[in-house]
Amino acid sequence: MDKKEMIKINDLNKSFGDLHVLKDINMKVFESDVVCLIGSSGSGKSTLLRCLNFLEKKDNGTIIIEGKEVDPRKDNLNKIREKVGMVFQNFNLFPHKTVLENIIEAPMMVKGMKKEKAISKAKQLLIKVGLEDKADVYPSKLSGGQKQRVAIARALAMEPDIMLFDEPTSALDPELVGEVLTTMKDLAEEGMTMVVVTHEMGFAKEVADWIVYMHDGKIVERGTPEQFFNHPTEERTREFLKATMLK
Amino acid sequence: MPSFSHFFQILTETKGVFLKAMLLTLELTAVSILLGIVIGLVFALLKISKVKVLEVISDAYVYLVRGTPLIVQIFILYFGISGIFLLPDFWAASLALALHNGAYISEILRGSIQSVDNGQLEAGRSLGMTKVLTLRRIILPQAFRRALPPLGNQFIISLKDSSLAAFISMNELFNVATTLGSNNFDEMTYLLIVAVYYLLLVALLTFVVNRFEQKLAVSDR
Repeated sequence: MDKKEMIKINDLNKSFGDLHVLKDINMKVFESDVVCLIGSSGSGKSTLLRCLNFLEKKDNGTIIIEGKEVDPRKDNLNKIREKVGMVFQNFNLFPHKTVLENIIEAPMMVKGMKKEKAISKAKQLLIKVGLEDKADVYPSKLSGGQKQRVAIARALAMEPDIMLFDEPTSALDPELVGEVLTTMKDLAEEGMTMVVVTHEMGFAKEVADWIVYMHDGKIVERGTPEQFFNHPTEERTREFLKATMLK
Repeated sequence: MPSFSHFFQILTETKGVFLKAMLLTLELTAVSILLGIVIGLVFALLKISKVKVLEVISDAYVYLVRGTPLIVQIFILYFGISGIFLLPDFWAASLALALHNGAYISEILRGSIQSVDNGQLEAGRSLGMTKVLTLRRIILPQAFRRALPPLGNQFIISLKDSSLAAFISMNELFNVATTLGSNNFDEMTYLLIVAVYYLLLVALLTFVVNRFEQKLAVSDR
């Protein structure tokens, strides 16, 4: 049986002023797939991710989410964003709210969920990310890894069909990276559709179904981790892999 | 300089009339602060709306208010508007104070709203929250907290500025002090007494703002 097409991008272009950051991007993401976007800084991978929940406006091209083409001028982007969760590099937790309040905010205010229900759901999610004892703590008391796990729980509370991760471990101390990657791996194993911008080659190798390598605003190469890491076809990819593996 | 015993004697004797005046000063200040916050918030939001016309309106308002003395504004509302429709003294004074405060408060709030990291807006939006909802639930609470120290300043200024209402014959603290002082040929005693009342009120206001700040700082602990 064919898997459902969750995201389809056709000929996507995006410029910031004179800087052409995305050039004719075409991409598909199927249900339960984990796609890792990799590439050096400035390659456009974060911009591509941000286009997927319309935090960044595309210049032209089409973005189709779950079979429906999204027109940012006509469609209610808030409805689409409910379906597409996002985790940021800098966590962006709400500092004036406790961990629990961070998680129940959107389900209550956007979906109109009853408080008791939102709280019981939030507590389940906190158990899932291993932070059930932190419910009443403010974000300033958490480590970076804990913050990011709360951010993941907060996004999951909206029951999204797709999760986007924008360099989720780049702002973390090295010893805190593992706990976040483990949480993401669990999520992948549950069948969540995920698009992950990352520099963690180990994670990409182990968890991704597909690797998409970007350079200079273009997709240079894509393939399974096995193809990509062991038999890259493009010279540019080989250079990139050589440089990153030496680190 | 009046002697201490004379000062305390007059202070005790005039307690009733000064307390009444203090009540009026408090009312003027309360209206000018509360209304000033509303006006300030509206113009701060216009300023950051990214709609050119609204930005210009906000700029013009801030420029006009900051560019003219408060006493002129009070007189315009008191004498000028009364030619069209009669504004009671209290409302002429407190409206002028509120409009005046509003301009300064709008700049305070604009600065503090813009100081909240853009990631907060993006986080709210990425969860499906509308711009207005994100502003109300996420941005403004953080902005308001950052605005509290300069707002406290502004509140103290507006408390003391309410003394200008004396010039449209409102019997607030300053007016009572100068009137009684000249009637009794004893200006200095009454000026010192009124200074004490203002110091008390400022201490009270400072206390309230500090308490509020501590309450909002709970997320830092």
